[in-house]
Amino acid sequence: MSQTFIQEPLDKAAPHVVPAQAVTLNVNGEDHTIQIAPWTSLLDALREYLNLTGTKKGCDHGQCGACTVLVDGKRINSCLALATVYQGKKIQTIEGLGAEDNLSPLQQAFVDHDAFQCGYCTPGQICSAQGLINEGRCKTEDEVREHMSGNLCRCGAYTNILSAVMEVLHDGNVVVDNGVLITIPVAPTKASSAE
Amino acid sequence: MSQTIATPPTVRLDSDVLGKPISRTDGPAKVSGAAKYAAEFGVTGPLWYGYIVSSPIAKGKITKIHADEVLAIPGVQHIFSHENVPSLAWFDRNYKDDVAPGGSPFRPLHEPEILFSLQPVALVVADTFELARYAASVLRIEYDVEKHNTDLEASIGEAYDAPRGKTGFMPPPKPKGDMDKAYQEAPHKIAGEYIHRAQHQNPMEMFATTVDWLGDGKKMKIYDKTQGAPNVQQYLMKIFSLSTDEARVISKFTGGGFGSGLRPQYQVFLAVMAALELKHSIRVVMTRTQMFSFGHRPHTLQKLRLATDDLGQIQALEHKALHETSQFENYTETIVNWAGVLYPSPNTNFDYQLAKLDVYSPLDMRAPGAATGSFALESAIDEMAYAANVDPLDFRLRNYSYEDPIENKPFTSKRLDDCLHEGAARFGWDQRNPEPRSMRDGNQLVGWGVAAGCWDASMQKAAAKAVLSADGHLTVSSATNDQGAGTYVIMTQMAAQTLGLPMKQVTFNLGDTNMPAAPVQGGSWTANSVGAAVKDACQGIGKKLLKLAQKMDNSPLAGVDFEDAQFVDGYIRANEDITRSVAIADILAASGEEKIEADGKAGPNPINMLKYSMHSHNAVFVEVKVDEDLGTIHVTRVVNAVAAGRIMNPKTARSQVLGGTVWGLSMALMEETYLNNELGRFMNHNYAEYHIPVNADIHKIDVIFVEEQDDIASPIGVKGVGEIGMLGVAAAIANAVYHATGKRVRELPLTSDKLL
Ligand code: FES
Ligand code: FES
Repeated sequence: MSQTFIQEPLDKAAPHVVPAQAVTLNVNGEDHTIQIAPWTSLLDALREYLNLTGTKKGCDHGQCGACTVLVDGKRINSCLALATVYQGKKIQTIEGLGAEDNLSPLQQAFVDHDAFQCGYCTPGQICSAQGLINEGRCKTEDEVREHMSGNLCRCGAYTNILSAVMEVLHDGNVVVDNGVLITIPVAPTKASSAE
Repeated sequence: MSQTIATPPTVRLDSDVLGKPISRTDGPAKVSGAAKYAAEFGVTGPLWYGYIVSSPIAKGKITKIHADEVLAIPGVQHIFSHENVPSLAWFDRNYKDDVAPGGSPFRPLHEPEILFSLQPVALVVADTFELARYAASVLRIEYDVEKHNTDLEASIGEAYDAPRGKTGFMPPPKPKGDMDKAYQEAPHKIAGEYIHRAQHQNPMEMFATTVDWLGDGKKMKIYDKTQGAPNVQQYLMKIFSLSTDEARVISKFTGGGFGSGLRPQYQVFLAVMAALELKHSIRVVMTRTQMFSFGHRPHTLQKLRLATDDLGQIQALEHKALHETSQFENYTETIVNWAGVLYPSPNTNFDYQLAKLDVYSPLDMRAPGAATGSFALESAIDEMAYAANVDPLDFRLRNYSYEDPIENKPFTSKRLDDCLHEGAARFGWDQRNPEPRSMRDGNQLVGWGVAAGCWDASMQKAAAKAVLSADGHLTVSSATNDQGAGTYVIMTQMAAQTLGLPMKQVTFNLGDTNMPAAPVQGGSWTANSVGAAVKDACQGIGKKLLKLAQKMDNSPLAGVDFEDAQFVDGYIRANEDITRSVAIADILAASGEEKIEADGKAGPNPINMLKYSMHSHNAVFVEVKVDEDLGTIHVTRVVNAVAAGRIMNPKTARSQVLGGTVWGLSMALMEETYLNNELGRFMNHNYAEYHIPVNADIHKIDVIFVEEQDDIASPIGVKGVGEIGMLGVAAAIANAVYHATGKRVRELPLTSDKLL
């Protein structure tokens, strides 16, 4: 009753390897020309060819938002974009929003609100939030929650992400109702009260 | 075992940083994209890419690999498979890592046999990522298929008692009294069966390794995604016969782990093997689908029986659990023991079994065992409270364990009662109408639920090194990890506090096997263990500084013992008379030393472990709103009150608890890896079909820290918060759903179809 299985491409006539070609991308205000295969995603072009590794790969399937970048100010999933299609457009990545020693207001708000833990979804969250601010249609907490929902955070930093985005969206003039921190101090013991 | 020295009393000044809500020191690197994760490091010379091919079948044998056709493609460098893998270490022990369960660890590409679906069967190496991916997609492989068994429910008959083998595994407690008789005779009783299926850790960063081949013998820099670089290094050294110099493992940033990075994963094996064979730098990154191929929280079946007397005092308690393991290892976790720690009962029975299936070994996933056990136990406790006609909060206080009922040992500290009280007050529990379906908001049924949680407070052996340079900058290092827990900032705080230096004068480095060894980051033990080692190292520097200060002419600190000195705001001062002081900068200048170094270590105290029971606790209160017509569930409010000793940084600790709460909600309402028994395969192996919460799912979460003074559980009073925040959440949600709808659902995830 032995059964066999052959693992092979669904389409037997698999496409042939296509030679690499020159592609010029304008990233963070600078033109870069790279030699890439036409099926190279914008995400891989940034990470593997331009060494702009701030943009992350969480799924490579348009399901997580970690690869979010801004193209002409609009947020897109760069893993679902072919690099070659984006020639002549203005691409902005996390590195273009601010630097480690010169953070943008959103980046600073993310640090202040501890809006991340492992940090892997963070560049995508920040680019997405920047895109959301550029869009100009979200104002309320519920709207921001909804329109930030294309960016997964497995660490679960969502409430703090909301606080950070709302702060920048409303220039600090907003109180977000998403939970507080309370510390109940150590009950005094003999030793500590004697001090 | 390290000697601990009492912290000298300090005055609240700039350098008083421990316990303060300080932003992450690694924050700017993370928000600007500068933080480098495993797949992002550059290498010397050109880089090749490896793409992993996974088995489409769950059991059988590879009969042919058509490698030649693919090798003919220009730019394809090599295809590794069982046919050409180099001969490596033979014994199982060489493949065992620090946290391996008992059994024979899986060896990638070792043999043609297929042991589980998605098993790595080949590694295709090519000049570019695109080419490696293409080449892998056209590689033809033939298999002989054998009949597999991945059905847990059909394998109950073959279950066996879980054997020892995994470090830290606690076998189920011994029975007490006469469970059956007490249960029979009790006036109030309940029984239930609880189920959840496999769940996958799914950290955002996919497993990846970049090997930098240095061209100097076998020397490599191995950038790996892991929760513990030293564990990976040991593993590689044993398999490939490498020295510590040759296998230097580096892991500066880890994009989440949640247990998945505790064991070295197969991409690091494949990358290092390829680098050694090809003498070339290489990068291997898993796909999201492959993230479902190396361990998971096991599919678990649980049974609980509880009975009380007329006053609602528990008289009988029974907790049984059964889950799968692989054919090659006995994966175990602690599921049923927590019931015995939280609730005293004169009659108990516990049972814990495994069944072997054709799947990969399960793997620790955030609060392993406890998250599973707590869901069933705390759901049953709620049901029992209703059966005994006692308020569920009151029931937990009535059945409170003041000492560990399993081992009859005192707790080093336990403020669960304060968590319950403070949480209830914040939540407004006294406004609750206990009657199910009694509270409404329009056409939404409103439910309030409570549950408690418990986790171990444990220490592991850890080491650290501190170097104070002549310019007054302190650099502390330890080969520990930061998967998002906040290790960078809390260790900087600990070092700054110990030597009385401002934060900006202190750097903490981690994640490099050239640094002193530290345990894998898991079990909530990092803050505690590495924190104590960092403190020990800094105290070593402090002692040397004091000696140097006393060598200075007319030293104001002459005759002062270390125990009688304090380190504050850049000065060493005598406790008795703080005007007797010397600036650390002056000591360094006068000494003429280029730098001062000290090593520190910490570890568990076996005597305390014998005498005491050490745990962290929490109490969770949840509000849900359930659409009466559609059965959709929204968690609108959570209060999570945690007692975990001292909190080193309330800002990052709160984030840990927020994350734990989101995880609990996710477990309760969304997570399930669907295993198709026909194919023996996890079907929803991607982020679109494996559901986790998004921003819109998460609403208000209040976090309360009930701090505890506890010098016994840890020399620095810290118990850790990585797991505890997740506990109780799933059960509190299920209990709230019962309160809202009158329906007791015992199967996770609690999706709307189970309510209709
Ligand atoms: S990597 Fe692009 S959406 Fe996940
Ligand atoms: S911070 Fe880790 S995934 Fe969002």
